Amino acid sequence: MKFGVVVFPGSNCDHDTFFALKEVLHQETVFLWHKDHDLHGVDCVVLPGGFSYGDYLRAGAIARFSPLMQEVREFAEGGGRVLGICNGFQVLLELGLLPGAMLRNKNLKFLCQFVRLRVENRDTQFTRRVRSGQLLRLPIAHYDGQYFAPPETLKGLEEHGQVVLRYVNEKGEPTVEANVNGSADNIAGLINRAGNVLGLMPHPERASEARLGSEDGRLIFESLIQP
Amino acid sequence: MIDPKLLSDHNLTPEEYERIASLIGREPNLTELGVFSLMWSEHCSYKSSKAFLKKLPTRGKSVIQGPGENAGIIDIGGGLAVVFKIESHNHPSFIEPFQGAATGVGGILRDIFTMGARPIALLDSLRFGPLEIPRNRTILDGVVAGISSYGNSIGVPTVGGEVYFHDCYSKNPLVNVFCLGLAEKDKIFYAKAEGIGNPVLYVGSKTGRDGIHGATMASAEFGKEIEQKRPNVQVGDPFKEKLLLEACLEVMDKGLIVGIQDMGAAGLTCSTAEMPAKSGTGISINLDLVPQREEGMTPYEILLSESQERMLLVARKENVAEVQRIFAKWDLDAVNIGEVTAGRNLRVSFRGQTVVDVPVDAVVNLCPVYHRPGRKPGYLRTVRNLDLPPLVSDPGAALLKIIASPTIADKQWIFRQYDHMVQTNTALLPGADASVLRIKGQKKGLAMTVDGNALYCYLDPRTGGAIAVAEACRNLACVGARPLGVTNCLNFGNPEKPEVMWQFKKIIEGLAEACRAFQIPVTGGNVSFYNDTEGQSIHPTPVLGVVGLIDRVDRLVGPGFEKEGDFVVLLGENSEELGGSEYLRVIHGLERGLPPGIDLKKEKAVQEVCIEAVAGGLIDSAHDLSEGGLAVCAAESCLLGSAGLGCTLDLDEKFRPDGLLFGEAQSRILISASEAFLPGVLDLAAEKGVPARVIGRTGGRELVIRQRGQELIRLPIDRLASAWKGSLPGALLVR
Repeated sequence: MKFGVVVFPGSNCDHDTFFALKEVLHQETVFLWHKDHDLHGVDCVVLPGGFSYGDYLRAGAIARFSPLMQEVREFAEGGGRVLGICNGFQVLLELGLLPGAMLRNKNLKFLCQFVRLRVENRDTQFTRRVRSGQLLRLPIAHYDGQYFAPPETLKGLEEHGQVVLRYVNEKGEPTVEANVNGSADNIAGLINRAGNVLGLMPHPERASEARLGSEDGRLIFESLIQP
Repeated sequence: MIDPKLLSDHNLTPEEYERIASLIGREPNLTELGVFSLMWSEHCSYKSSKAFLKKLPTRGKSVIQGPGENAGIIDIGGGLAVVFKIESHNHPSFIEPFQGAATGVGGILRDIFTMGARPIALLDSLRFGPLEIPRNRTILDGVVAGISSYGNSIGVPTVGGEVYFHDCYSKNPLVNVFCLGLAEKDKIFYAKAEGIGNPVLYVGSKTGRDGIHGATMASAEFGKEIEQKRPNVQVGDPFKEKLLLEACLEVMDKGLIVGIQDMGAAGLTCSTAEMPAKSGTGISINLDLVPQREEGMTPYEILLSESQERMLLVARKENVAEVQRIFAKWDLDAVNIGEVTAGRNLRVSFRGQTVVDVPVDAVVNLCPVYHRPGRKPGYLRTVRNLDLPPLVSDPGAALLKIIASPTIADKQWIFRQYDHMVQTNTALLPGADASVLRIKGQKKGLAMTVDGNALYCYLDPRTGGAIAVAEACRNLACVGARPLGVTNCLNFGNPEKPEVMWQFKKIIEGLAEACRAFQIPVTGGNVSFYNDTEGQSIHPTPVLGVVGLIDRVDRLVGPGFEKEGDFVVLLGENSEELGGSEYLRVIHGLERGLPPGIDLKKEKAVQEVCIEAVAGGLIDSAHDLSEGGLAVCAAESCLLGSAGLGCTLDLDEKFRPDGLLFGEAQSRILISASEAFLPGVLDLAAEKGVPARVIGRTGGRELVIRQRGQELIRLPIDRLASAWKGSLPGALLVR
């Protein structure tokens, strides 16, 4: 499978994502430059974490206007798989490929830590390798990760199985304490209705090797790779 | 005309002024005076410290670059080198905590990538006044947010550091930032301006009026008027620096440039003077071509501005177009502002006029070197007398109080604001004895730490200096790393005070002795004098940044107990020494006595046992005994383990119980090993002549410490955890 990792000015998890896909999971992987109009025939586009354009405005608000995003939108609308990680998720929200918006974390601080996640929908191209009842342990690292959407949108997300990941405690319960950034309904990851665009705040590429403290992130990539 | 008022505004003495005039053969004009005032400031010239810094060992077989460049470089084999340095941003961080700390991070990052290395780790040593004072909380909050904002955005992980609290930092916080980068050995770049006629390129942000006289400000004491100095602090733009980092590394990787220097303290002045000074050339620049953010800037302002995120490059003519193409790709300008000349002068023109024309050597190398007098401080006579206070009735309560004191307490509140995992190399999370990064594609790992106990240095500078080195190396030994090299940040008061100078000299002696004992070269660093506010000097605070190598990073252990039923082994020997301890300070309000003694030979042997035990896969944890002594070390090993395992320790010394529990005798490490490997550990220690004995077992949910059968401490891990973890968030948020 061929992955393309988009590089915006200010992306800083581009190399990490590339390394995880290429060196850990042995997939063909290329960088996609934000000023180009060419997806180089990839099967999956990954929007990596970072601070695109410095994120001095709203996170992801400028990146959505990058030349390459036109191709990414068309690719997604044609059913191509798109994975947005952290800043990539924020860009997907700004692009309108996923509903809702991100607010500053509830404690108004940047948060870098491992969190536990419950996989709410295992019937997606991004989560099919996750076992029933399995909780994931992945790191987050963001300032603007408090997911927000109006009640009717949240209702729609639930009805269509679009909530894929939720912040939970060690017992798997979506408590207030486990919801470190204060996201609506503890939402950590969302998929579009067509099931080909996933955005998540946690970083699977940082949890793809045991030496780094967790291998749970591989499940997301391996779900994509599985034929 | 140049009058005494103007001279004192520029922090130059009349004698220095006369020397300038004689070196250039005439009276300098105002712009030239500005240039000299920056380059001859303590911050840039090291005029008070130079003579003494020569005592530090700087050579070693792996040293590629010692002091004198932007950063030190050490060969780590496999065609790779580490480039590292520590630098202070104390004064700006007091005036404007957020931007002061943020630009401290930005500055040290440029020092590293200007040499062709990709920065892969940041660590900070932070010192604040007590958190009971609201202003100190604001400073801490701002400094942490500033570091977080810059490091997180640019994508370099802040993997560790240390935080101390003491009254002496109340009006003079310390922000020392360490950065380490990884470079290919054959792609290292230096601050050279070689090749007569080669173009000089200005890259990065435009120049504004920010930070004018920043270096001069950092070279003077503060009075009450510090609020007025806020405009001297620069404003950082990590996004711009990220672009600059990528563009610079790309032109260096392609071998397109001859030399490169960042514009940090003293801005354009520093880079245009230092580059030719190192190459025996001159530089001629035209200020009209310098990209400017504001209109109507004078040559004085353009030359002295400390606007951030700027670099100066020298390239061959034929490569300029390609360099400009790469910078354009990253949306940056690369403007040709001048050329390398044969004349050995710095010549600056502005609107057709020559505004500066001075020999680069005069600016860079001929600043006076001061051998300032030292005098043993009077306070030592009183503070060294220690009448031990009566024993505390409840040592368990004392332990709870010590682990909740902000210096010892859990720093998670701070670390989690830093992205410590980006770049996916972080093998040990912050909070351990040392930070560890794996090197992608290799079995090796890099370990690093920043450390320094200022109270020991206050009570006995020489011993304190030696302990700073020993303890930093001990931190590395705990993760199985052998030290490769040191960078130091020496934070002191006003060097014109003989007492401060005496402290400085003694600490250098201690550092030099210990570095020689460990055979580790000092490859660079930074001296920060004038850490005085309203006449009060800080405690002498040397901060050591030590870098080490781990042969097999997969054998790494952490500081916490991980396995139930492991044997707890003490390497080294207990003593009753309580002088300079956290126990005396926190429980009895005493900062007295002599710090613990140190035998560097014994220290080295203890560390060697630990390094080999980790490398051999013999042990499950290792934690260094430092502030708070054995009781705090044992409590931390319980708290830092993933399962929160307890332990029971039985000690047989006939010491005073408080000395045994909380004394800070040096050269001790607490390790845990399973029954199968215990004999191996004890044999290894015996072989090296290091005292080692089993003092307990891990297990249960309590910390129990007994002396000769008598129970001194019994505390549930949960109680320890809430005291240790709750302290900092409580102090910062609840009030």
